[in-house]
Amino acid sequence: MGRFVIKRLIYMVITLWVIATGTFFLMHSLPGSPLENEDRIPPELREQILEQYGLNDPLPVQYVKFLGDLVQGDLGNSFKYDGRSITAMIMEGFPASAQLGLQAMIFGVLVGVALGTVSALRRGSWVDNGSTVLSVLGYAVPSFTLAALFSYYVGVVWGVLPTAGWGTFAHSILPSLSLSFLVIAQITRYVRTEMLEVLGQDYMKTARAKGLNRKTVIFRHGLRNALIPAITILGPLTVALLTGSLVVEQIFNIPGMGWMFVDSIMTNDYTMIMGVTMFYSFLLVLSIFIVDILYGVVDPRIRLTSPKE
Amino acid sequence: MDKEKVLEVRDLKVSFKTYNGEVQAVRGVNFDVNKGETLAIVGESGCGKSVTSQSIMRLIPEPPGWIKSGEVLFEGKDLTQVSEKEMEDIRGKEMAMIFQDPMTSLNPTLTVGKQIMEGLIKHQHAEKHEAKERALEMLRLVGIPSPETRINQYPHQFSGGMRQRAMIAIALACRPKLLIADEPTTALDVTIQAQILDLMNELKEKLQTSTILITHDLGVVADVADRVVVMYAGKVIESGTVEEIFYRPRHPYTWGLMGSMPRLDLTREKRLNPILGTPPDLLSPPQGCPFAARCKHAMKICQQQMPESTSVEESSTHQVNCWLEHPMAPAVEPPAEVAGGGSK
Repeated sequence: MGRFVIKRLIYMVITLWVIATGTFFLMHSLPGSPLENEDRIPPELREQILEQYGLNDPLPVQYVKFLGDLVQGDLGNSFKYDGRSITAMIMEGFPASAQLGLQAMIFGVLVGVALGTVSALRRGSWVDNGSTVLSVLGYAVPSFTLAALFSYYVGVVWGVLPTAGWGTFAHSILPSLSLSFLVIAQITRYVRTEMLEVLGQDYMKTARAKGLNRKTVIFRHGLRNALIPAITILGPLTVALLTGSLVVEQIFNIPGMGWMFVDSIMTNDYTMIMGVTMFYSFLLVLSIFIVDILYGVVDPRIRLTSPKE
Repeated sequence: MDKEKVLEVRDLKVSFKTYNGEVQAVRGVNFDVNKGETLAIVGESGCGKSVTSQSIMRLIPEPPGWIKSGEVLFEGKDLTQVSEKEMEDIRGKEMAMIFQDPMTSLNPTLTVGKQIMEGLIKHQHAEKHEAKERALEMLRLVGIPSPETRINQYPHQFSGGMRQRAMIAIALACRPKLLIADEPTTALDVTIQAQILDLMNELKEKLQTSTILITHDLGVVADVADRVVVMYAGKVIESGTVEEIFYRPRHPYTWGLMGSMPRLDLTREKRLNPILGTPPDLLSPPQGCPFAARCKHAMKICQQQMPESTSVEESSTHQVNCWLEHPMAPAVEPPAEVAGGGSK
């Protein structure tokens, strides 16, 4: 297990380095500069600012300096927001975004596993057909459409939950819900397919032949095996939630960090672009790492990758 | 021969519903299993031997399958009539099953020990440490070396033969009265087959478990069985002791089976005599004897009516369903390669 974790950690660092390098050069190949829109700045001052931020240095020098700071965990200061620290800004927005994502993920996985299992056990029933329709919708309808619909019907027409804003748990329900549909859709499909497969396996018959009741057989012997492939998609789902939240946060006017992404690109705020990209990348790579570990926990055959155990 | 009967199967009929109609997999099967004996059910693929065995434990998938009629009397209790709840108390405790493929019959995500302990905890309400003790004992009994390590390992860390030993340990953990082994050696290579058969023989002596052995391997039958039931197209066509079936087979199909065994003591041309043709379609089984279409000795009556079961030469054990037994039928000699008996 130890070797496995170390290997994965090294992969993580390499991945992050590739992302950092790629983004850095792509960003600098964009036309314009952070000071583009500030016409009122006198040329001397402008020169001074460029010098101060090191933007007059040749690109490779800037790159090395950027990497050096990154390794020390320093994401730099924003160009646009009066030199505020990027780290501080991210930490300000992150809790809201993280809460949204986590709630959507947990709710989606729970509902998805339940729906998928019931669909498989009652194949062809109304639950099965209903969950199929729900899944197709969940795949096809983007989260921001759902967000707008929820906001209008639940928030405005029925007036049950707040339409926008942030603060209480009630504020987080609608945005989490609109994000969770994709999770529900994907998990349901995976669990259903896998469960059907598992139900036909010989070891399920062995378990029945021992005299275990149907429920024990399904939950102890079936579900764990059916969940293994579903765990694989948790990584990509995390990405979908991260990107989905960019727009959903706008719709519900949530002070998360989605706006920073869009805003930074518009204004060529170099440090902010790099900071937010690196932060998102780190989250993504981390989630994939966690999925890999989970995989090993659920499926004992994977643990064999470390030869000692 | 008045032995205590553990299991009596009476006129068991099992069908499966398919898109094309009702497949009559088992069409009125009768046999008994006596205490402590091994009964072999032999027949080619699709003759209903596995369905019969799974119906005894009520393990056929319902739907599409269902037990149409008949009785399965286990110690006098008709298992076709008991509730699912009662059946769960019988499965694993009173009767247990070993399946064909040890590679897929064990749950890959649970340790072997846990899989043995499950039944013990359910049926004997054993505490965890007691169950663990029993599981270790079982692993030792089935000849798995260093059971203390093995008990915490997963099936993928076991070889095929070891897995089948573990399956046997699971099946016998609660000391069932009846063990159903559905082709327990088919998926193993030959050297391991012999080991597993030896083990089953040894355990039968030790634990006095009655066994139903499902197989199409007559060599296996000769090795371990006391009595044999030959099935064809969902029916029993001949039954008797191993000696009777191997040395004095009466049904042309049994002759065919014996002839299909490769023999080393005959010339190359005569070594292997397959039965030509295929078994009938059980969607619309024939009215008469199902083997008539492939039988060299078939008569007119064979096509029209299924023969009754008749005792052979006043034997209480040897029964055959064939019109050739009728007093008016012409005398037919079994083929030369069968007359001398099987490889026993």
